[in-house]
Amino acid sequence: MFDIIKTLAQTFGPSGNEKKVADTISGMLRGKVDEIRTDAMGNLICVKKGSGKKIMLAAHMDEIGIIVSYIDEKGFLRFGNIGGLPPLIILGQRVVFENGTVGVIWYEENIDNMKNVTLGKMFIDIGAGSREEAERLVKVGDMAVFVGDTVEQNGKIISKSIDDRIGCAILVETALRQPETDNEVYYVFTTQEEVGLRGAKTAAFGILPDLALAIDVCDTGDIPNCNPMAVKLGGGPAIKIKDRSVIAHPLVKDLLVKAAKNKKIPYQLEIMKDGGTDAGSIHTTAGGIPSGGISIPCRFIHDAAEMVDLNDVNNAVKLLTEFVKSC
Amino acid sequence: MNECGELLKKLGSLSAVTGRENRASEKIAELFRPYCDEVKIDHFFNVIGIKKGQSENPGSVLVTAHYDEIGLIVTEIEDSGFLRFSAAGGVDPKAIGAMEVIVHGKKDLFGVIGTKPPHLIPPEDVGKAVKMDDMRIDIGYDGKKAKELVSIGDMVSFVSPPQELLNNRIAGKSMDNRSGVAALVEILKELNKLRHDDDVYVVATVQEELGLIGAFSVTYNIKADLGIVIDVCHGDMPDAPSDETFPLGKGVAVAVGPVLDRRHTKAIIKLAKEEKIPYQIDPETGDTGTEAAVHEVAREGIPVILLSIPSKYMHTAVEMVCVDDVIATGRLAARYIAGRVKE
Amino acid sequence: MGALDNLKKLSALDGVSGDEKPVRDFILSHVKDYVDEYWIDKTGNLITYKKGTGNGPKVMLDAHMDEVGLMVTQITSDGLLKFQVVGGIEDRVLVGKRVRIGEKGVPGVIGFKPIHLQDKNERTGAVNKKKLTIDIGAKDKEQAEAKVEVGDIVAFAYDPVDFGDNKLMAKALDDRVGCAALIEILKERYEFDIYGCFTVQEEIGLKGAKTASFQVMPDIAIILEGTTCYDLPDTEEQGMSTRCGKGPALTIMDRSVIVDRDLLNHIVDVAKRNKIPYQFKQTISGGTNAGRIQVNGTGVKVAAIAVPCRYIHTPVSVMDKSDFENMIRLAKETLKALPAAGNLWGTGKTDINLYREQGGVEYV
Repeated sequence: MFDIIKTLAQTFGPSGNEKKVADTISGMLRGKVDEIRTDAMGNLICVKKGSGKKIMLAAHMDEIGIIVSYIDEKGFLRFGNIGGLPPLIILGQRVVFENGTVGVIWYEENIDNMKNVTLGKMFIDIGAGSREEAERLVKVGDMAVFVGDTVEQNGKIISKSIDDRIGCAILVETALRQPETDNEVYYVFTTQEEVGLRGAKTAAFGILPDLALAIDVCDTGDIPNCNPMAVKLGGGPAIKIKDRSVIAHPLVKDLLVKAAKNKKIPYQLEIMKDGGTDAGSIHTTAGGIPSGGISIPCRFIHDAAEMVDLNDVNNAVKLLTEFVKSC
Repeated sequence: MNECGELLKKLGSLSAVTGRENRASEKIAELFRPYCDEVKIDHFFNVIGIKKGQSENPGSVLVTAHYDEIGLIVTEIEDSGFLRFSAAGGVDPKAIGAMEVIVHGKKDLFGVIGTKPPHLIPPEDVGKAVKMDDMRIDIGYDGKKAKELVSIGDMVSFVSPPQELLNNRIAGKSMDNRSGVAALVEILKELNKLRHDDDVYVVATVQEELGLIGAFSVTYNIKADLGIVIDVCHGDMPDAPSDETFPLGKGVAVAVGPVLDRRHTKAIIKLAKEEKIPYQIDPETGDTGTEAAVHEVAREGIPVILLSIPSKYMHTAVEMVCVDDVIATGRLAARYIAGRVKE
Repeated sequence: MGALDNLKKLSALDGVSGDEKPVRDFILSHVKDYVDEYWIDKTGNLITYKKGTGNGPKVMLDAHMDEVGLMVTQITSDGLLKFQVVGGIEDRVLVGKRVRIGEKGVPGVIGFKPIHLQDKNERTGAVNKKKLTIDIGAKDKEQAEAKVEVGDIVAFAYDPVDFGDNKLMAKALDDRVGCAALIEILKERYEFDIYGCFTVQEEIGLKGAKTASFQVMPDIAIILEGTTCYDLPDTEEQGMSTRCGKGPALTIMDRSVIVDRDLLNHIVDVAKRNKIPYQFKQTISGGTNAGRIQVNGTGVKVAAIAVPCRYIHTPVSVMDKSDFENMIRLAKETLKALPAAGNLWGTGKTDINLYREQGGVEYV
């Protein structure tokens, strides 16, 4: 499991640029599912055929990052955000482009108050001495992502892009275990979630499943003086009740709770005040698709080092497997 | 109170917090049944009343009004037995201090939202708006019992029984948009007295307060030639802008603006004049924030009319409407459907 | 040039979101002889169809007909008109402008309190549009009501002016540039089926593009737009968005969309091969119909080609005529070379018709 997570987390794939992740995943699942296809938005759709219910399981392949908007004559890069980037947290971070070029994010130092340091006042230094030199490595429109190792320590995983390669890894692992069921299961690896839940929309329209789950991360409320939230790292996978994009369909939520109780899998209930998931956009696709989610409790979401508990991850695979069989 | 007023009081006593309307859907269906050929509850708990048209080649009209209400959702049960919560729909934290509530746990539990006594508020916090994270619901049980009875995700509704007031007014929770649902029933009653060619789908929708969710599903599944949305608009208040608020008791507010179909809107205004049904004009420059925005762009587009019932104190527990406006809304919509000109 | 002439005429017409008829009528009369089919849909979009000479993807071209404007919301007791904006207009842009109201085009002006009479806060503070009114010269409410109704649409009354070095000033360049370009593009026939969509209500939330793309179900869509530009000397280069006269601007990403890489690369290739100047839009703000169209159905490969417009969303927008001409050239060449760009469709493409048949639970 850790190897799958590490491989996926270290694969380059900001929103709109997920092809490498898709290739990696289809390599992992080739021969293990009945059909693998992509759509115009780059979603990777892996189907295990069956005669029962159509179940869509979605995890997004894209990660947050930056996009180069301008290269100045001294070779510094200006940039915009891809997905939600907290400005002060990205200062001093390393980013890496698809071709391996590494840059450092810094800011215009003559600003009095750090609160005024917006992305517009930041730049990336790739060590180029001039625009020409920079353009040999990077072009306007190129994207970069955080640099950050994937390590396992004390039963936890620390890595960049846990959001949502952890979801992808859980889907891959579940698909590899090939749960016995008559249901037709769609393992869907979606694109452009971080910029507005876009890929899931077209994937869901193509599948029109009977019900859908988003497998993603959620915040926790167990670090010093944080916003209150009942979810804890290591407390089991979280069954989604509500986030900003959706209130889980009662049927889907109940099925998940039942599956967890049947197999005595520890679980928590998630209400996340900020942030949405693919469930939100699948929910309103076509004539409405009952949707819910399983979330992996995750600390420091959208930072270069995100943290999850490996037990939660393994239990999520169990829960998902049972869900697919029992609904 | 007249029949419509009594109906509205009944509707105002139901609890259907947004996202968990299933507990009220059957009750709404009961209200539709006497007047419909068929009533269905769909997979999202939208309640769909179908009344067949008399034409051999009927068109279809879709009328929606949402029946969900704003409320709270339990986010944590503390060891002390107090409940933390967050909003379901647009709840103003300033408007819920010292409210009576029902927590819909294993059974319905009475509770109150406590407030800190003024004597104990530190001077630096005086005059500051209170945050929802700092409030608790008190259900009077200790942690053990509370955890037995209540689960994270349980919904909480406000206790505010419909109160009759002067001039045919009713105040209470969920007049947004039970008054619209009452208008749906008025439409059905009227249609039973009239000849109408088109099939009429009268739908009480869900999850409007979460982002017009129920409307997405019905406007896609029911292919309509005309959509009519019934919701509330702001009633007039002394310190609110006069061009964005509408007096109670002066009739239905007919919206005009880019999202609304101009031809149908003009025709329905003409009809209101002819039938002497009181109406007001509600200028809507944007996407209206109502289900009309969903109708307009559903599939290849549904030409849509928006009728609003003026309601004061929106999203509080004492939303106030005038029953006369509800009746005017129902009558106007029904007569328009019955006399609808074919394209 | 015919296209420029059309652009001027189009910009002088009023088509505030929801009331695009005058613009649509003009366009229809200019394209109907060049297309195989057309229809006006329920939302008011004009959708034209031009059959291709061969096989290939289904291509949608989008230009929105609507412009930002105002709506009358109340007539005051002294005969002045309160209003709200339709679409995004900055408050100070409204001050001292000429407008036309309603179908009859009743003339009016937006007045402003003289600087001599403003108190200190008013002098230094920003304009508040809630305090502005339109004056049609009426002596009282009754006289105003005889001319104007609540709900009437208000458009800026500004005629186009050629000026400076190859510049054009006009209202509503966003997106009459796209409309005029699309008229021109439809005059030629291409290898594959083209749906030229003149859409409504972009400015109030990309409305028309949603219903148009649902009807067309395209594989590829190209959006023709007017886009932000602020290339004034006091702006740092990275904040300019685009530069006037440096060629049509290609969007890579904005708040509504990340464009399709393959399609974008194809357009860049075409520009280079044909020596057509182009630039990339350098900010990621704003949104276009591309965002709506991309997520239609099972997904659409989208790109946007735009004319940089200074002072966009004001009645005095300014563009360089060469950018407009180059936009038309670039779009045409892109379409002509499209059949060769095989990586834009082919493997992995899902069967759109199948999904149409599976259109969900239906009660009717």
